[in-house]
Amino acid sequence: MINPIKKFKQYLDHRKITRRNRSLGVDIALTVFLGAFGLFSILPLWLIIINAFKPLNEIFLFPPRFYVSNPTLDNFRDLFQIVGNSWVPFSRYIFNTFFITFLGTAGTVVFGSMAAYPLAKYKFPGSGAMSSIITYSLMFNGTVTAIPNYIIMSKLHLVDTYWAVVIPAIGSTLCLYLMKNNMVHIPTSLLESAKIDGSSEFGIYWKVVMPLAKPAWITAIILSFQSLWGATGGNFIYTEKLKPITYALSQIISAGIVRTGVSSAVNLIMLAVPIAVFVFSQSNVIETMASSGMKD
Amino acid sequence: MSKAQAPAADKPKKKKLEAMKWSNAWKLHKEKYLMILPFAIIFICFTAIPVLVSIVMSFTNFNMLQTPDFVALDNYINLIVFDDIFLIAMKNTMLFALVTGPISYLMCFVFAWLINELPPLPRAFLTLVFYAPSISGNAFVIWKLIFSSDMYGYANAWLLNMGVIDSPILWFETAEYIMPILIIVQLWLSLGVSFLSFIAGLQSVDKTMYEAGAIDGIKNRWQELWYITLPAMKPQLMFGAVMQITSSLSVSNISTELAGFPSVDYAGHTILTHLNDYGSTRYEMGYASAIATVLFFIMIFANIVVQKILRRVGE
Repeated sequence: MINPIKKFKQYLDHRKITRRNRSLGVDIALTVFLGAFGLFSILPLWLIIINAFKPLNEIFLFPPRFYVSNPTLDNFRDLFQIVGNSWVPFSRYIFNTFFITFLGTAGTVVFGSMAAYPLAKYKFPGSGAMSSIITYSLMFNGTVTAIPNYIIMSKLHLVDTYWAVVIPAIGSTLCLYLMKNNMVHIPTSLLESAKIDGSSEFGIYWKVVMPLAKPAWITAIILSFQSLWGATGGNFIYTEKLKPITYALSQIISAGIVRTGVSSAVNLIMLAVPIAVFVFSQSNVIETMASSGMKD
Repeated sequence: MSKAQAPAADKPKKKKLEAMKWSNAWKLHKEKYLMILPFAIIFICFTAIPVLVSIVMSFTNFNMLQTPDFVALDNYINLIVFDDIFLIAMKNTMLFALVTGPISYLMCFVFAWLINELPPLPRAFLTLVFYAPSISGNAFVIWKLIFSSDMYGYANAWLLNMGVIDSPILWFETAEYIMPILIIVQLWLSLGVSFLSFIAGLQSVDKTMYEAGAIDGIKNRWQELWYITLPAMKPQLMFGAVMQITSSLSVSNISTELAGFPSVDYAGHTILTHLNDYGSTRYEMGYASAIATVLFFIMIFANIVVQKILRRVGE
């Protein structure tokens, strides 16, 4: 009996060193608090996951259960059946989404980082004004400019093309802002030594700044990917063949209560992709963050 | 024309100097300007010009078909004096933003701060757990199933099962439940970019500051938070505030998806759903632009006020 108590006391002594300024009681209270909100956060997503694998009789069971007794792939089978019958081949919707997401993300990262580097590291006429315009533009979002945007797009004959979704996404300032803020921390001495070696500004940007700003542009990729992945095309794309996958799947869900299971399968698929991307890139970000600790 | 040119002609020298300054700047910094150019063109065409066009259109009665007439302040007068539904939308949006804005901001910070003390693996896992809802796209429609009005809805089923109620509550058909549910869903969705930014900010706080702080007599985590952590991550705190304010003022999707449009007694009606109603259903673009302009200035104003307040914290 003495052994566990002794061990616990040892642990407490050890805590005094590793958890300086932390009381055990508050630690426990905060962990409980964190766990409770973790549950609140995960529970709805958990419901989506289990509903996707529930047979119909379990979905409409009273009281509803938080687990599946007889997991089935019926919902997915039904989904593929519906998908197989759509008059635009489903692969086309998938292609549309991938095309829009890829172009928009690539454009955001390339144009954004190219503009971020001079604004982060140099002072020149207009740089201050540009930086503050970018900061102010974070304070409102695309919803307030949707109407003029539509008019401008139609004047440029871009409505009902991929570009109507891709180009405004590239112009979003959030990614530029994040990359700019990150690049400020790149030591100026590195840039100067590259300049002495005869690099052009573009060469410095590509060979010095971009490798060092990796966490920043990975973050930009995640954010841009997430917003474009969910894009429905809205009023900007109306030709069925050009519609993205989110739109096609929302049409399937809108058939109502009989498709509760199928719609959970749809939601699970739509959910899995951005989360997988984030899991993959989060470890990447943490890794790069850890190795990029620099003091100027 | 002549009137406009007259004062300019008085200062040809100044104008010339100005032109020289810019041509010099171009020569000196040509590469930098060229690197900014692609982004700048897109930004000007699809953000800057639309804001100005929206303001100009708000003084007209444009309907996409006829040439717009200048109607001066008519749209604004109609909006504020005669449009009762806009006032409901305004009240709902303000209530919504005042509740979800500060709470979601605190949630972002508190969870980032608590997670930051964990070992790397649980930290990565919990980051994912909290961040996942905000990137889950349309997954919030699951709340429709949770607050479904029949006995198969999760909320009703639990309450029935526990004997709290004896008949299912019509959640989205009852005006006073709509706003609280939308607030819960918005809070669920709100641990987004600000949350990640706070995590990154906390990780970049210089660890030696805490050691120095302990030597200088900091006794507990709360003092550490107030005297070291918060001042060190002020830039992230400002950024997070902007993100949370903007998103809490631009709620429309969750309202129309969950409570329907129009919602019962307009209980879930926001400025943005009002804007969408006039913009994409009724094609009254002048009026819709007036709504957009009001929303634009509310967002900018709220952000500037909060920035001013946050700048004072810890000074």
